[in-house]
Amino acid sequence: MTGDLYDRVAGRTLRELLAEHPVAADFFVNYNLQNLRDDLPLAEALDYADENTLIDFGLDKTTVLDQLVLFLQTVVEEKQTAAVQEITILGGRTKSGDAEEFTLSIKPGEIVSIVGPTGSGKSRLLADIECLAQRDTQTLRQVLVNGRTLEDEERFAMDGRLVAQLSQNMNFVMDLSVGEFLEMHAKSRLHPDPEKVAAECFAAANDLAGEKFTSQTKVTQLSGGQSRALMIADTACMSASPIVLIDEIENAGVDRRQAIRMLTKNEKIVLISTHDPLLALMAGKRLVIKNGGVHKIIETTPEERESLAKIEMLDNTLQSIRNRLRTGGRITPDTI
Amino acid sequence: MRLITVAGPPSSGKTSVILRLADVLREKNRKIGVVKFDCLTSFDRERYTEYGIPVQVGFAGKFCPDHFFISNVEDAVRWGFREGFDILITESAGLCNRCSPHIRGVLAVCVIDNLSGVHTPRKIGPMLKFADIVVVTKGDIVSQAEREVFMFNVRQVNNSAKIVFINGITGQGAFMLGKHAESAAEVASLRGYKLRFTTPSSVCSYCTGETRIGEEYQNGMLRKMEFP
Repeated sequence: MTGDLYDRVAGRTLRELLAEHPVAADFFVNYNLQNLRDDLPLAEALDYADENTLIDFGLDKTTVLDQLVLFLQTVVEEKQTAAVQEITILGGRTKSGDAEEFTLSIKPGEIVSIVGPTGSGKSRLLADIECLAQRDTQTLRQVLVNGRTLEDEERFAMDGRLVAQLSQNMNFVMDLSVGEFLEMHAKSRLHPDPEKVAAECFAAANDLAGEKFTSQTKVTQLSGGQSRALMIADTACMSASPIVLIDEIENAGVDRRQAIRMLTKNEKIVLISTHDPLLALMAGKRLVIKNGGVHKIIETTPEERESLAKIEMLDNTLQSIRNRLRTGGRITPDTI
Repeated sequence: MRLITVAGPPSSGKTSVILRLADVLREKNRKIGVVKFDCLTSFDRERYTEYGIPVQVGFAGKFCPDHFFISNVEDAVRWGFREGFDILITESAGLCNRCSPHIRGVLAVCVIDNLSGVHTPRKIGPMLKFADIVVVTKGDIVSQAEREVFMFNVRQVNNSAKIVFINGITGQGAFMLGKHAESAAEVASLRGYKLRFTTPSSVCSYCTGETRIGEEYQNGMLRKMEFP
């Protein structure tokens, strides 16, 4: 496999190489070699390059070729993500050292909410999942993937790719338009058709956002609700991570139910730490955290699901009051 | 004694990462010490001291920080032995993106932060390229998409390093770095060890105190840009 790739890289002109692997352009930029002649194979093209450029990077003509092969191998590997059919969380101990007795398996498309007072240990549970704890964190919990325990090497190899995170504190920091931003993400995922997937993701984000935005809008200029909508749509459509950990979704400007549906439709395992009744009840199960441990696991009953509709009506009422105030209206007891 | 070199651009969160790592290692009763290599001033001595971590701070001043590091790191290791540390960590700021303090056979960590922009990994150079572990900080305040593009760009430059996301405030992720730290190689002395990448050739008149601008003042090894 490696030999094949080596021969292919060595034997082709740069133009052919770039046509097959557009991402290779990044490699040449990284080494200040973007102006190489593209009608020649790499080794010959380097004869026309400034030797100082290579020396600055501690390279010579042979090592550039090796590095390019390694580069392509890495980014191609990056495409593959571990297939997760199930994660299982095994209880450890609470803050006071008592046994935490529970076992919970979650499959793609399932939602589990995590509820409990501030400081009760919700974030710690998310952290245990993120590092795939093997009875070696403070909580002594264990997380199995596809029913298996994991060796340290396997955990390290995940490189944080298993878990995508969404939280209230997150912002966009790039100075790009929404369209450019999505295409950049799609390209980094080596998507065969970055423009198409970016467009889908853009449409999905606008579905979730209360106030619509264009693909020319700068990501840094989006409102809180629009940012959250774009982050959720992007995580659902583009992120490779099979597990999504959500630390609350703000209740203004985002269709939360639609957001959760979008994530589960894309076969993600979703865990939401929340104080929001709507989100808590949308999950099939909710974990109640107390004193650093899982105190109860409650399955959402049909009755609760029915109540969900009522809670949503309450929520809509609040939303309409908010909108009325926003647009300069007055509130009377009748509005409510 | 195990030795770890930690490097990273200014304000990337090196000290916070080391403090969170210290939390993890203390749980296992490891005794750790830190040597901070800085340029002119540093406010980190207090942070380590307050935390009860023995620390030595050195200032490169008018010397090239990387030359300064490499001429003092052997003594740093000797100090670590005298103090009886289980793990010694050197912390140095990568300043010109040209060098790296990483030594062959010594666990090398590079700390970079998500806020510095997605293309930063492609600009940092040897400090990132030759690291065994790349710690990414401030990931909790940028979007998942930016984290993923950032990681992709780290991979472009360093395809073999382990990438660890650490929240320098809560310590989330430090646990994994702790695992790596425990597997750092034992070092008896650094005599005969080699840097992973050369330090720059800084032997021009400006290295020795010249301040005047003009061709007649430029002596020694120079590189001139070509302007059209």
